[in-house]
Amino acid sequence: MSDLSAVDHGQEAGFGDYVQLLKPRVMSLVVFTAMVGLIVAPVPVHPFVAFTAILFIALGGGASGALNMWYDADIDRVMRRTQSRPVPAGRVGAGEALGLGLALSVLSCLMLGLAANWFAGAFLAFTIFFYVVVYTMWLKRRTPQNIVIGGAAGAFPPMIGWAVATGGVSVESVLMFALIFMWTPPHFWALALFMKDDYSRAGVPMLTVTHGRAATRKHILVYTLLLAPFPVALALTSIGGPVTLVTALVLNALFIRGAVRIARRDDAAAEADGYRAEKAFFRFSLAYLFLHFGALLVEASLAPFGLGGW
Amino acid sequence: MAIRQAHEIHGRRLGRNLGLGLVLAVFVALVFGLTVVKISHLKEGKLPAAEASQ
Repeated sequence: MSDLSAVDHGQEAGFGDYVQLLKPRVMSLVVFTAMVGLIVAPVPVHPFVAFTAILFIALGGGASGALNMWYDADIDRVMRRTQSRPVPAGRVGAGEALGLGLALSVLSCLMLGLAANWFAGAFLAFTIFFYVVVYTMWLKRRTPQNIVIGGAAGAFPPMIGWAVATGGVSVESVLMFALIFMWTPPHFWALALFMKDDYSRAGVPMLTVTHGRAATRKHILVYTLLLAPFPVALALTSIGGPVTLVTALVLNALFIRGAVRIARRDDAAAEADGYRAEKAFFRFSLAYLFLHFGALLVEASLAPFGLGGW
Repeated sequence: MAIRQAHEIHGRRLGRNLGLGLVLAVFVALVFGLTVVKISHLKEGKLPAAEASQ
């Protein structure tokens, strides 16, 4: 019919496909935690500089998402959950994802260095390196503890936000890191219990596959117990206060209760009620993280009125 | 022969180009804004590094 039929595969990428490469949902978590890290820091930052800094941190996170999609296209093609991503679906070439990821990595780190300080810029570069090289290329396909290590990359943003304001690292920012780092494994393993994604076919050693589902349930409980001290310790630092402490005590008690419930039952029981406890635990884990960081924000916003903090 | 017929692909390309154009315009605005903020916060025309070394 038209001269275009020779080149039209119906696969041409739209703008949205490039946005999808940046994993916008992961980015929203990065934006939120980096913003909290920046706001609660004791050094004030000009609002416009803060805005651009958070934007460049988000862009760096997006860049690592694009690089991850470039490298993992073979796995993504096999698993149902990820088959519709732009690269496995054939809308964007793997080389394009690589190019976009590399270009945005360099741009975001340089711009963060210029807008804030070079320590923050270097920290962002390290985070991208960690997520792409250490996690995606090296450990994801090799060890069932991949989620634990990958969690570190997701835990760096509040530390970068803190570094934007202070130019360094402190107990507070390390504890914010520890909170997300320790939270990631139980969060993901709960998902792995009820999603039953085909990790084994994709060759990714997920704990549910390598050590079995019963062991995963125990791991969730152990990590949830190990997690609990960190938010409580965070509440006792200079950025914490009564609001944060009450939040930490209540949320961790509920989180541990949920983990005990998961550890106590087996797959037959879970199958019977459609994985209710596991799904509830997963949903609660999202609220858990959001409320902890929200409490830190509340504490910081009460400070001008002489309230909040210790 | 020139292609006159509009195709669905053209729409997608236009969307992509407009999107990229918008992103670039926003980037220019950000750099300009940052420049204004940084310059207006200089003390007596000195760079922060020069200030710190005194």
